[in-house]
Amino acid sequence: MSLLELHGVSRSFGALRALSDIDLTVEPGELRAVIGPNGAGKTTLFNLISGFFPPSAGRILFEGREITGEQPARLVARGIIRTFQITEIFPDLTVYENLRLAVEAAMGLTFRPFLGAAGRRAVARRAEELLEAVHLADKADRVASELAHGDQRIVEMGITLSREPRLLLLDEPTAGMGEEETEHMVGIIRRLNRERGITMLFIEHDMDIIFGVADRITVLENGTLLAEGNAAEIAANEAVQAAYLGSRR
Amino acid sequence: MSVETETRERTRAGSSLPAWSGERLRFAIFAAVLLLAPVWLPLIGSYTDLGTRVLVYALAAMGLNLLLGFTGGLSFGHAAYFGLGAYGTGLMLRYVGPNMWLAVAAGVLLGGFAATLVGPVVMRRRGIYFAMITIAIGQMFYFIAVRWNNFTGGEDGLTGFQREPLALPGGSVTLTGPHFYYFVLFFFAVGVFLLWRVLNSPLGHAMVGARENSRRLEFLGIRVERLTWISFAISGFVTALAGSMNALLNNFTSPLDLYWQLSGYFVIICVLGGMRNFWGPFVGAAIYVIMQDYASTMTKNWLSVIGVMFMLVVLFFPRGLLGVLARRRSG
Repeated sequence: MSLLELHGVSRSFGALRALSDIDLTVEPGELRAVIGPNGAGKTTLFNLISGFFPPSAGRILFEGREITGEQPARLVARGIIRTFQITEIFPDLTVYENLRLAVEAAMGLTFRPFLGAAGRRAVARRAEELLEAVHLADKADRVASELAHGDQRIVEMGITLSREPRLLLLDEPTAGMGEEETEHMVGIIRRLNRERGITMLFIEHDMDIIFGVADRITVLENGTLLAEGNAAEIAANEAVQAAYLGSRR
Repeated sequence: MSVETETRERTRAGSSLPAWSGERLRFAIFAAVLLLAPVWLPLIGSYTDLGTRVLVYALAAMGLNLLLGFTGGLSFGHAAYFGLGAYGTGLMLRYVGPNMWLAVAAGVLLGGFAATLVGPVVMRRRGIYFAMITIAIGQMFYFIAVRWNNFTGGEDGLTGFQREPLALPGGSVTLTGPHFYYFVLFFFAVGVFLLWRVLNSPLGHAMVGARENSRRLEFLGIRVERLTWISFAISGFVTALAGSMNALLNNFTSPLDLYWQLSGYFVIICVLGGMRNFWGPFVGAAIYVIMQDYASTMTKNWLSVIGVMFMLVVLFFPRGLLGVLARRRSG
């Protein structure tokens, strides 16, 4: 069974057709890049999948179940987690405190005014696990806002992982990062995908990352699906070259 | 791994508070200073009631600071819960009976439940709108106290009650001088311990999260409004406890204890001492009360001294006086 299926999904804002008639299938464990020029509808696609607004037409299935029109909170509970183009962290807390807060929320402990030693240990263990998963253990006690931009994005990644995502939607995960930071982030993305089997959809502009990391690539243009395939197929696709790669050169 | 985890957890156990080395030692010294205040205050030419007043204002401001400094809700109406605490205690003693425990309970419950009921009205607002609506609701209680003449004493304030002997298992104690100081110190400790426990729980962590980035918290599936409400309520209970102590300290309370001006002083106390710091409001309260005591004997305009200090702190030490000290030490 496919993890995510979109059947004839469209979305209009007034007269503007942001997405029209998209068919898309993502298999479990896939690392899928979504590319396309500005205004192609990439973020709109993410907003539809994560339930920020419902599609105007079409159906969305997750693990074979219809999720069309479900609220974001409900989808988060199902395991569809997303990040945003701007970094959303808790700036004045340490990295560890950021993750601890996320873990407590994920464990449903948030409204507990007291927590016993066993509970504290369970939270700490999980937070440490996340620190390891995103390679931030050595920066655990640094205040998040004092970290480099790239590390802040990685903190956010750690927060996102606290919900044990089944499908992770990453909106430009390496935007604004230097070369080294980008490499670090890409390494983490790849490892989470390989080692934890987390299925990911990510929007990206950097061609090296796209062709180096993604199992498959979906190309959008003007709200329609232009092409889909592996790196070699997309690189060889004439329509893509003309409409997207071509326009860049 | 698990040993490492436990060490981390232990070292980070209080990490939402400043993680100074020797934090315990400092706390022990602080506790000793408070416990011995009735001894050393007269030695430096002061008096015990001044220490009591510091405790009362510190407790009120620390209660407010749970909301202001740790949840990010700028309440300009906290005098209302302070005043309701005072009226609850005063009315109980005047009209019902001379039981101190009941009197304190009445004040705490009146102020605390008022804050709990007000919570849902204010919790959806943010920033300046939050400040405005808390001020408006606070003034509502003020006008009730002023208008309900024959019950509250109106503008002249509530008289006709006084501290009664305290019933303890071993007998009753007259609450004068140092005895009353320890009575207030006990309730101060109860309130502060409650605040400390909350701030070091998942609930407290989430409140700080709401201050830092409420949108992020919503994405984690947490209803920030509910957090604001709970913070407002707990904050109201603690500030009401301080108000109750204030009524007993003065054997009097008046509508000025509910007035928005006092709410403003509470905010100033928090900012002065450092609202990101657990003990910041205590430092602010000590400065405020001591200034009021000494500067007011020299000039009628003692408040302008506080005003100048406030400006200097806001301009040069935005983290407050204790915030500066904490930073020096860790840096």
